[in-house]
Amino acid sequence: MPSNWDRIRDEFPALHQQVNGHPLVYLDNAATTQKPRAVISALDRFYERDNSNVHRGLHALSMRATDAYEGARARVARFVNAAAPEEIIFTRGTTESINLVAASWGGANLAKGDAILLTEMEHHSNLVPWQLVAQRTGATLRFVPVTGDDGLLDLSPLDRLLTPEVKVFAFTHVSNTLGTINPVAELCARARRVGAVTVVDAAQSIGHMPVDVRAMGCDFLAFSGHKMAGVTGIGALYGRRALLESMPPWQAGGGMISNVDFLESRWKPPPERFEAGTPNFGDAVALGAACDFLDSLGRESIRRHDGALAQTAYERLAALPGIRLIGPRGERGGLVSFAFRDIHAHDVVTFADEDGIALRGGHHCNQPLMKKLGLTSTARASFYVYNEEREIDALVASMRRTLKFFGPAA
Amino acid sequence: MSSDLSDLYQQVILDHNRRPRNRGKLPTANRSAHGDNPSCGDQCDVYIRLDGNKIDDISFDGSGCAISMASASLMTTQLKGRTAEEAARLYEQFHEIVTTGKEPEEISDLGAFAGVHAFPARIKCATLSWHAALNALSGDPAPATTESHTD
Repeated sequence: MPSNWDRIRDEFPALHQQVNGHPLVYLDNAATTQKPRAVISALDRFYERDNSNVHRGLHALSMRATDAYEGARARVARFVNAAAPEEIIFTRGTTESINLVAASWGGANLAKGDAILLTEMEHHSNLVPWQLVAQRTGATLRFVPVTGDDGLLDLSPLDRLLTPEVKVFAFTHVSNTLGTINPVAELCARARRVGAVTVVDAAQSIGHMPVDVRAMGCDFLAFSGHKMAGVTGIGALYGRRALLESMPPWQAGGGMISNVDFLESRWKPPPERFEAGTPNFGDAVALGAACDFLDSLGRESIRRHDGALAQTAYERLAALPGIRLIGPRGERGGLVSFAFRDIHAHDVVTFADEDGIALRGGHHCNQPLMKKLGLTSTARASFYVYNEEREIDALVASMRRTLKFFGPAA
Repeated sequence: MSSDLSDLYQQVILDHNRRPRNRGKLPTANRSAHGDNPSCGDQCDVYIRLDGNKIDDISFDGSGCAISMASASLMTTQLKGRTAEEAARLYEQFHEIVTTGKEPEEISDLGAFAGVHAFPARIKCATLSWHAALNALSGDPAPATTESHTD
């Protein structure tokens, strides 16, 4: 591994603390990752030196802030291998990015008789926006099924589902609940054959593996900064330029218009058309720093590191009595989701916290999938660049203590 | 194990969680209400046979953490035979216990939930079934949700 990995934990100040008398073991990275010094100081530097509104002022600070903001856009474009910076729209995160596509592209292009294809493993943020636009337009929803506990997409009915009525196919790259890595390029190619637009939810992949929109062949890609070592409140939508140019605005205000009269206005081209109001430039600059940080580690190295930890955790946890693991056994994204037969996930998470271990417990914004699998909740351990195998030891030891405590009464 | 955690998972709670009392749909119920906690997905249905003003029989069903299921189970044992007014007063006592950690003056199994106060995120778990029960008694058709209550 490159030398940047050697002292990686030193780069993340939040890791160095005790929780309930134990060194923190942070395994809730699928919810949000910790932030490296490079990102925190980029944010500080911007507000201490360059802060000013962008695209408006003719003074020095405004020009610097505009350069920093547009520089971050170009950096993010490079990070996902977009053809041009104009294909990157800054948003609050994955949820807002998907809502933008559903409202703007969906509102303009969907009608009664059309279908929206999703999968059964979508996070609520890639389901509910489509439900809303379906209600508004009369389009219907279809779902690619999930096979079962091994958490793969069942592609056998895809030809039957992916008919010419399907105008958009939206799916996740990596499942936040199952850890499944979906074959994005194949799904995009299949969608293209019927003329469907593709939307990829990259929330769980963007910080963990190479993400290349042109290699994927997707039309849209949505992601959040805070799940890739960036700060909260900023994310992006990648959109293929020709599509973005064809789309109407979805929010209106300053910064997105080219000419305004009392009765009507004209819009700026993308990306400004979709960034009404003062944008979140400070956090965007920090997102650019997060891209630099992850590329200095190498995203292929990150993929191997996080995937290996998740597979090790899967195998170690599988040996525990009464445990049910969901998601694929082999290659997976950097997370493991599990349930014990007689212990609720929230009790598991409370006991882990007692040992200084941060887990997530619940339905992971994946209620329909959980219902299909006959589960109400799971506990989830999710890994990032700073996690180590000894933390899996701590996790397994904690689970053994929990099992003993809740075990059958003597 | 810290004292906070052992206070939270009292023997009474573990016992009700392992062997819930009055669990399952009550076929003779004439009142029922559903409660859910959207932040964690816990669900609880409460069934009551109300005879005049008296809770003649009561049961619950649902899924959730040890705290929420034990609370529902214990609640059914406490409410059986009580009037609707007594149930409301008992809930006030229970609410006081889980939010302040003060043990009740009269000896009651409800005191087992005093440890919940040290875990503010779990107060909703403990009160979910009570909200459903009070809704069932008042005939409120809306599902009880922890989001509409300040606790």
